Amino acid sequence: MQRYSGFGLLKHSLSYHENWQRVWRNPQPKKKYDVIIIGGGGHGLATAYYLAKEHGITNVAVLEKGHLGGGNISRNTTIVRSNYLWDESAALYEHSMKLWEGLSQELNYNQMFSQRGVYHTCHTLGDMRTNERLVNANRLKGIPNEMLDAEQLQKEIPALDCSKSARYPVMGASVQRRGGNARHDAVAWGYARAADSLGVDLIQNCEVIDMEINDGKITGVKTKKHGVIKADRVGCVTAGNSGVLAKMAGFELPLESHPLQALVSEPIKPFLDTVVMSNHVHGYMSQSDKGDLVIGAGIDGWVGYGQRGSYSIIEHTIQAIVELFPCTSRVRMNRQWGGIVDTCPDASPVISETPIKNLFFNCGWGTGGFKGTPGSGNVFAHTLAHGKAHPLAEPFSYYRFHTGALIDEHGAAGVAH
Amino acid sequence: MSQKNRLQSGGRIDRSKALTFTYNGRQYKGYQGDTIASALLANGVDIVARSFKYSRPRGIVAAGAEEPNAVLQVGATEATQVPNVRATQQELYDGLVCGATNGWPSVESDMMGLMGKVGGNMMPPGFYYKTFMYPQSMWKTYEKFIRMAAGLGRAPKEVDQDEYDAVNQHCDLMVVGAGPAGLMAALTAARSGARVIIADEQSEFGGHLLSSRERIGGKSAADWVADIVEELASYPDVLMLPRSTVNGYHDHNFLTINENRSDYKGDKAPADQVRQRMHRVRAHWVVLATGAHERPLVYGYNDVPGCMIASAVSTYINRYGVVPGNKLVLMTTNDSAYQTALDWADAGREVVAVVDTRAKAEGDLVEAVRKRGIKVITGSAVIEVSGKKRVSGVTVAAIDAKGDKVVGGAQHMSCDTVASSGGWSPVVHLSCHTGSRPVWREDIFGFVPGPTVQKQLIAGGINGTYALEKVLAEGVEAGREAATRLGLTAADVQLPNVRSLSEGKAMELYHIPHTKPTSRAPKQFVDYQNDVTAAAIELATREGFEAIEHVKRYTAMGFGTDQGKLGNINGMAITAKSVGQTIPETGTTVFRPNYTPIAFGAIAGRNCKELFEPKRFSAMHKWHEENGALYEDVGQWKRPWYFPKAGETMQQSLDRECKAVRESVGILDASTLGKIDIQGKDAREFLARVYTNAWAKLGVGKCRYGLMCKEDGMVFDDGVTSCLGENHFLMTTTTGGAAGVLEWLELYHQTEWPELEVYFTSVTDHWATMTISGPNSRKLLAELTDIDLSNDTFKFMDWREGSVAGVPARVFRISFTGELSFEVNVQANYGLHVWEKLFEHGAKYNLTPYGTETMHILRAEKGFIIAGQDTDGSVTPHDLGMSWCVADSKPFSYIGKRGMMRSDCVRKDRKQMVGLKTKDPKVVLPEGAQAVADPKQPIPMDLLGHVSSSYWSANLNRSIALGFVKGGLERMGETVYYPLADGRVIEAEICSPIFLDPKGERQNV
Repeated sequence: MQRYSGFGLLKHSLSYHENWQRVWRNPQPKKKYDVIIIGGGGHGLATAYYLAKEHGITNVAVLEKGHLGGGNISRNTTIVRSNYLWDESAALYEHSMKLWEGLSQELNYNQMFSQRGVYHTCHTLGDMRTNERLVNANRLKGIPNEMLDAEQLQKEIPALDCSKSARYPVMGASVQRRGGNARHDAVAWGYARAADSLGVDLIQNCEVIDMEINDGKITGVKTKKHGVIKADRVGCVTAGNSGVLAKMAGFELPLESHPLQALVSEPIKPFLDTVVMSNHVHGYMSQSDKGDLVIGAGIDGWVGYGQRGSYSIIEHTIQAIVELFPCTSRVRMNRQWGGIVDTCPDASPVISETPIKNLFFNCGWGTGGFKGTPGSGNVFAHTLAHGKAHPLAEPFSYYRFHTGALIDEHGAAGVAH
Repeated sequence: MSQKNRLQSGGRIDRSKALTFTYNGRQYKGYQGDTIASALLANGVDIVARSFKYSRPRGIVAAGAEEPNAVLQVGATEATQVPNVRATQQELYDGLVCGATNGWPSVESDMMGLMGKVGGNMMPPGFYYKTFMYPQSMWKTYEKFIRMAAGLGRAPKEVDQDEYDAVNQHCDLMVVGAGPAGLMAALTAARSGARVIIADEQSEFGGHLLSSRERIGGKSAADWVADIVEELASYPDVLMLPRSTVNGYHDHNFLTINENRSDYKGDKAPADQVRQRMHRVRAHWVVLATGAHERPLVYGYNDVPGCMIASAVSTYINRYGVVPGNKLVLMTTNDSAYQTALDWADAGREVVAVVDTRAKAEGDLVEAVRKRGIKVITGSAVIEVSGKKRVSGVTVAAIDAKGDKVVGGAQHMSCDTVASSGGWSPVVHLSCHTGSRPVWREDIFGFVPGPTVQKQLIAGGINGTYALEKVLAEGVEAGREAATRLGLTAADVQLPNVRSLSEGKAMELYHIPHTKPTSRAPKQFVDYQNDVTAAAIELATREGFEAIEHVKRYTAMGFGTDQGKLGNINGMAITAKSVGQTIPETGTTVFRPNYTPIAFGAIAGRNCKELFEPKRFSAMHKWHEENGALYEDVGQWKRPWYFPKAGETMQQSLDRECKAVRESVGILDASTLGKIDIQGKDAREFLARVYTNAWAKLGVGKCRYGLMCKEDGMVFDDGVTSCLGENHFLMTTTTGGAAGVLEWLELYHQTEWPELEVYFTSVTDHWATMTISGPNSRKLLAELTDIDLSNDTFKFMDWREGSVAGVPARVFRISFTGELSFEVNVQANYGLHVWEKLFEHGAKYNLTPYGTETMHILRAEKGFIIAGQDTDGSVTPHDLGMSWCVADSKPFSYIGKRGMMRSDCVRKDRKQMVGLKTKDPKVVLPEGAQAVADPKQPIPMDLLGHVSSSYWSANLNRSIALGFVKGGLERMGETVYYPLADGRVIEAEICSPIFLDPKGERQNV
């Protein structure tokens, strides 16, 4: 792998940037792989990377229906945090957070991971209670998290309306100072480049249309373009389309696929350096390094695979943002878009074995997938390598819906559930 | 300063109305009818921006929505600042204040430009992914500098005082765009009797005809437009919306229009007017007549001020009477741009040459240009521009027939303006918003709308039809087709005579070759706003970013505020060529709303500030106000939290309120609890299915507490439901959960059990509810009611109908405090009257109003849960110690039964609700504190559960708390520890959650 650095940029500028290597190859698929990963999004690419890097399994193919990193990894609001309520999720997301810290260097690809802080504003006594509980739980688990009162909060975020005249005045906030944003495309491309350099075949424009299953055991997948490709193990990481893939394998997942929208303003001079989330008024926002206000909208109630949602959701989201940041009224919205999120009944993911032997699923990340990318890939790679769940993934078994051991993160998973 | 580029006559500006405006602190003159851009050009202002990455000086390129450079900060006061206003679309008004958004000390001489020159070579696309990584700790510092360069304009620091609103519209036909095609479509449909809305982003209807010297039906284009507009105005069912951008096209023919109501005439809306309005339109049919944008060509240093698109040059001359330079070189791949040379020459300025990339140029316009004696150089291209802050000349060279390489020697020409035309790109954006992908047309070298499921028609430029006579005909045809599909008789519309031009075949060319390879040639800009060059795109594809989405994201092409309207097709073409594909194989990125940016305020409309969400008040709110209540937001309700007396601390108020209830009598406004009237012959059965407990035997006149679970067996709401008649019940819910419960009941009725005959009606607002609680409550109520309140006839958990304070009332003998309690419900309008009567009679009993906080304390003393506070979606009734409220023997199952019987839900060591007594009775546990068995264990600690409710109890003279502890129900008497953030560790004993009157005798007296 060609090493990236400031010096490299200088060197290549002298040769007019004509000699940069490809970031990844465009290989023809082999007939058989040790592991096939279906889905070349963030989680799938991370899985491939860690399989090769940490488990020495390099005879791996990532099969991607479109282009690499074209799904939710490129459609999210890039927020990273690990302040989840339940032990199981906090452990998983914190594992991910620790991988984020140092990922740029590990991948030699700048993830632009900025720990400028994630704030959850509280607008009711109930919000305050919930956040106190969360902060205490996190703190005792070694995940720094703290409470601020409205006055402190106003000092830290001048643009936020902390006045008493708001419809739901801000009473305080919890803040995870290690939280922040990363550059979403860099995550996909960084993992892709690193995985490719370790020998993983990244096959784009390769849609899986069926699975080859004999005696309850998967032996390969059928693709639209390259026919059957054999594999010892198959990991499915297809987010919003996971239900479709499970159907091919002949079982059902407890997932619903919903549109989730996001939007950006035009680029303006930075006035917000942190992520501000309000569960109560249903809005959250950060500002990118380019100056765009990046705003997450709510989830649409209906299910579907179209990557667009309802205008009423956009309206409500903007109303919440103007309520939180009244000075944005004259700022202008440039663009909106949508992705498809696969949500579990308990708002926690599934990282699991399945009823089909050697077939594993990693899905159900709902609105929280981006922050989980490194951790998800890391534990799923372990799961694929060993044929059984990584200890951190164990609680996220598909079978928890049979036992009732749910990990209900509706409170912490985001807005507008 | 004089308007040196302004013509003496011509254009649609009103020279009798001179306007003064300020740009970068200097005053300039313009006229009514100008845009900021036309006025700046009239005044000879060349530089309007500095580019994002290289800080290169930039000038005005276009005349409409596709303009990438002239993006200004507008606003005379702090509160009226608007960032990123496109100067080509903002009408000039007197006193307008604007400025460039970047450049220090000024946009003319920017210090950052030096950086761009020196460091620019080190900033290929995606350079930031390749550096700023080492050492890890430095990223925050690097990023500070990166963020200093971020953004164009700035947000105001003060709050916008203007208002915005929204209207819902319905129509038979929505016509988008009021150029020749749109006008004809609207006219035809209107004549056919359709209800029509026609919207256009410009200040007046006419589209490109406003900039044209064509004659239509023997009239000037402007007169022809005026006649059509006049006729359209005569139809009562036609709504014409100028200055209105259709910014989004959503599923089911739902479109949003952003109408500029006043910001074309001032930066603050006049009193009683809104600044902007959103129209939310549901249309039976849509005609998209959005026209086409001219494509510039991509050549060396094509970003130097003075480089423009040809049609924009014509627009400035013909519409605004402004010639944006003195000496023009026009480069074109097609005939249409020759009009620009004619317009320039007619304005009395010099056309140095027309450089045609085609080997052969023939056609009526070409001939007209040649006849004027203008030099036409064929088979050649402008390969490079010279000049720094303004074009000073061009290098022209012969190119091969495909436009791949330079084949001839270069010649230099001096000029100050370069107009280029690479043909036209249909404005397909809206058609793509609904998920339809555009399709490539080889004959026009452009994308047109692809197949769609919307009821959508297209006409004119968007369809790749550019000849005026055909555009008009397509407009009529679209109008007729819409009318027919609407079931109307399509009217005939006579097509006017227009001149017909013979045209030579255009050449497919996007990227002008240079003598040097692209990587070494002078910068050839594709996306001006983001400094994306042809070399950058080629580099991206060499590095493996071959999908068009990858190219976009890696280079930032199309990410600007113009969203690639000007440059995207060129970029796609360069990408295609670079990876050896055709343009349709490469495809486009996805166009999404908004077509052009829309103010947040406009989208928010009235639903902000006070009206963000309605505030709900009970019928007794006036009394609460007069008696000093402080409020708690519960759902949308403002509920009295407590009623402090002068000089009291909160705790003193609560102590007083709590004692009054236990010692004499208190009163709570309980009107906000959700109330759902349930009727139908299967109402009882329905209740039995949605509640966990039994309902079969609840008699008329009786009340019962119920728990509701979701399918997973976890509690989500609770409340008392009373039997009003054999098939008639009144359900109460938590205040915050009311709407959710009603939705839940409807969901189950409509989707799971439609065979049950049952009807739900929310009656929350219909009743005022007051809870009179305490040992003297019976005595007090007896003074005002005709209901027999004796314990023998009106038992605990009974309800009676009668009169209270002279008005009809339902009285429920239920208790959330554990005291003798009566809940009086009267029609809401009587609420205040009854409340006041109770106080008249209650003075002698020290009747004390209490709020939600006292209610919480009193119920906690009794161990009663609050759904949503002591539950969190992970708690079964059994976890709450409420197994008594679960009836597994019911004949039909109930929601949550299967869920709560799963193996994990019956574990003995689940987190269970218990009471907690702190070792030191004076210490109150903070809510949200987490329990551990050993506070000295290292982090991460093993957490046992949290404190869900915790208070100081004045009645017990100690703190009390409810909380969750793993296996807590079996651990009575054990000690747990709560390590707090401040370092304290609070020790508490696990106990029964019922702290007071464990046998429940007080409520039964």
